[in-house]
Amino acid sequence: MSVRRLAAPELQPKGFSFTPDNLAWAQRQIAKYPPGRQQSAVIPLLWRAQEQAGGWLPQAAIEYVAALLGMANIRVLEVATFYTMFLLAPVGRKAHVQVCGTTPCMLRGAGAIIDVCRARIHAQPFDRSADGDFSWEEVECLGACVNAPMVLIGRDTYEDLTAQSFARVLDGFASGHPPAPGPQIARQYSAPAGGPTTLTDASLYAPSGGDAATVADIVERPAAAPGRADAPSIVAAAQPTGEDVQRMAAVDAEALARTEEADIAAKIALLPKSATPEQKADAVGARPQALVAARAGAADDLKRIRGVGPVNESKLNALGVYHFDQIAGWGRAEIRWVETYLAFPGRIDREGWVGQSKLLAAGPAERTSRPAGRDEAAPGAGAPQKKA
Amino acid sequence: MLADKDRIFRNLYGLHDWGIAGARRRGSWDATAAILAKGRDAIINEIKASGLRGRGGAGFPSGLKWSFMPKQSDGRPQYLVVNADESEPGTCKDREIMRHDPHLLVEGCLIAGFAMGAQVGYIYVRGEFIREREHLEAAVEEAYAQRLLGTNTVHGYDFDLHVHHGAGAYICGEETALLESLEGKKGQPRLKPPFPANVGLYGCPTTVNNVETIAVVPDIMRRGAAWFSSLGRPNNTGTKLYCISGHVENPCTVEEVMGVPLRELIDRHAGGVRGGWNNLLAVIPGGSSMPLVPAAQCETLPMDFDGCLSVKSSLGTAAVIVMDKSTDIIRAMARISYFYKHESCGQCTPCREGMGWMWRVLTRMAEGRAQRREIDMLFEVTRQIEGHTICAFGDGAAWPVQGLLRHFRGEIERRIDEYTARAQSRPVSEAAE
Repeated sequence: MSVRRLAAPELQPKGFSFTPDNLAWAQRQIAKYPPGRQQSAVIPLLWRAQEQAGGWLPQAAIEYVAALLGMANIRVLEVATFYTMFLLAPVGRKAHVQVCGTTPCMLRGAGAIIDVCRARIHAQPFDRSADGDFSWEEVECLGACVNAPMVLIGRDTYEDLTAQSFARVLDGFASGHPPAPGPQIARQYSAPAGGPTTLTDASLYAPSGGDAATVADIVERPAAAPGRADAPSIVAAAQPTGEDVQRMAAVDAEALARTEEADIAAKIALLPKSATPEQKADAVGARPQALVAARAGAADDLKRIRGVGPVNESKLNALGVYHFDQIAGWGRAEIRWVETYLAFPGRIDREGWVGQSKLLAAGPAERTSRPAGRDEAAPGAGAPQKKA
Repeated sequence: MLADKDRIFRNLYGLHDWGIAGARRRGSWDATAAILAKGRDAIINEIKASGLRGRGGAGFPSGLKWSFMPKQSDGRPQYLVVNADESEPGTCKDREIMRHDPHLLVEGCLIAGFAMGAQVGYIYVRGEFIREREHLEAAVEEAYAQRLLGTNTVHGYDFDLHVHHGAGAYICGEETALLESLEGKKGQPRLKPPFPANVGLYGCPTTVNNVETIAVVPDIMRRGAAWFSSLGRPNNTGTKLYCISGHVENPCTVEEVMGVPLRELIDRHAGGVRGGWNNLLAVIPGGSSMPLVPAAQCETLPMDFDGCLSVKSSLGTAAVIVMDKSTDIIRAMARISYFYKHESCGQCTPCREGMGWMWRVLTRMAEGRAQRREIDMLFEVTRQIEGHTICAFGDGAAWPVQGLLRHFRGEIERRIDEYTARAQSRPVSEAAE
């Protein structure tokens, strides 16, 4: 039980009503329940109202929902105060950080995350930072215990945090480019760090033909998130732009790069010294799809990718790579293969070849002049992002 | 170890497509009509024969639960409600099902709904699972688009499925509180009887099942009850998602056979206890509501309902919280008590008042600022809460404290004595209590 009250009158906005989109959405929610049972929709509607109102629930919104559902104000008010995800006072503009502090997270260091919140946001929960951009609270179990410690910001969870990686998450929200959600270490969702111990039998997925993804692939090609288009978010302004960023699996790029380099080195060390570049490359990745010749006899000018000169272009052509869209489609496995084959570890990520190629394939005429646009290119290629 | 071919959750880690195309490749929605054609009784009998017990914590036989639903409708609609309000600390298994294999759940809802004569199903997802809910909603839409749900379906049974969500109340995982919440009220549990199978959602017959329970149903129907019951031990059959958190090298969620030895589970999948097995202090085997098990009893503990019962704990949701010797066990349990204090719905006095009381006493005991006699008093209070509330929340909050007192009484006494000794060495006059 916690005692929760509405925000002070001077903080309350005068009125509230759903946008036309949200109103249509609300009608669809109400239709889920039998006639006369529209009260069932109160929690989803209050939640949508909270999102529309900027992350907290003003009194006017509570009364608006009550009127919409034909409920007494007090019935909606008691729902709004009972359920702790309804925040009754204004929260940070860019992010309201909900830190899980329950025992499984506490055992793995949630205390350090809370300390960062106290130091960077405010000594007290629910109070906004001096610039009004951030606020925080300690919440009870958020249901990601094997990825502890973790926080929920807006709609996304940031998992497997340390004080450092959490500080980077906050930096990201402050600058408007939050990191990809999910585990902030090299890890596939709830699988053990270092790779799954189960579901390794590729024949399980064999009939599907080509669906047998590896952990390496998934960094580029995760299960796609469904559209967010109809969903206003309290951190809308701070959301990463571009579908690719959203689709990216959540892996701390730096940690990924480190573990990947170590993994490649270990695999190559197992090979005899006399191994050819091709053998080495096959051991660590997957050869990219090759074309016999350039489509329509006209290869793209791969030199337009920053980092690719005439020599690399001819090497890529020799591998059957002629077009930007081929490079744009490379996953981790292909990147590892090419890097090892051409013997320049880390360079494709560092220079953001994949991201550049995506832009080039989409058709901008000018040569990409990175690093200005690294923010789009680098996450797509899983490149390490150095923070100042 | 469970062979990969016997696993039900084949996209547990999201390595493959979670949408309907990927789900179909993994076998979902394959000849669902043939399963429904077997008839209601045949499906319920198959589930009974498989020995499936509810995966939400209580372990009630699922086939039996379904058979409580009225065979002949008296005119009221019947409902299936899926409890996806996964909030038990330590538990994060349903999350993986909803975001990485939602069609297992959607198809399971159809089959279970058919078997119990329900025309409408609601999936109540906890409010914090926002992305998970988006995946689930997308999966339901895909199923509607392919006429697997709704009216005029390809298999001839009309069934509507809706995704509903809560807003951060642990108590809504209790089935009657969930129904209250689904009706748009505060999540305060109802008195039973009447049971939901007679008077549930909107006063109509309702069955509430856990996500994992429903999600394994299609595989049981396809592979047969004999396959499912051949896994595990009698009365504890099948596979189970285990969430291993806390002080292990690699925390993870993994599907294993029921009855897998705890040590094997931790060593094989979670990379072992931090600092080695000998560094283990205690394990909570089934989510925070269950009493902890000290290291000495963990070595051979089989992780199933009967195995955990034999050490006076319970499998619960199979959320294994591992604590090594660096853990301040009293503080860890005090934090669990704080959780229950925060989440009590406030309806019954023993719970509303007792939770805060237990938390305050445990917090003092963590510092040693208590009297030895208070240990027995605390135990007595837990006994006064347990069984004296409308729902099992009170029991679930009392048991972890009882487990602490049962196994770590010596540690509490030691801390009290240390604190007392320190106090005596500083001659500061204090007011008498």
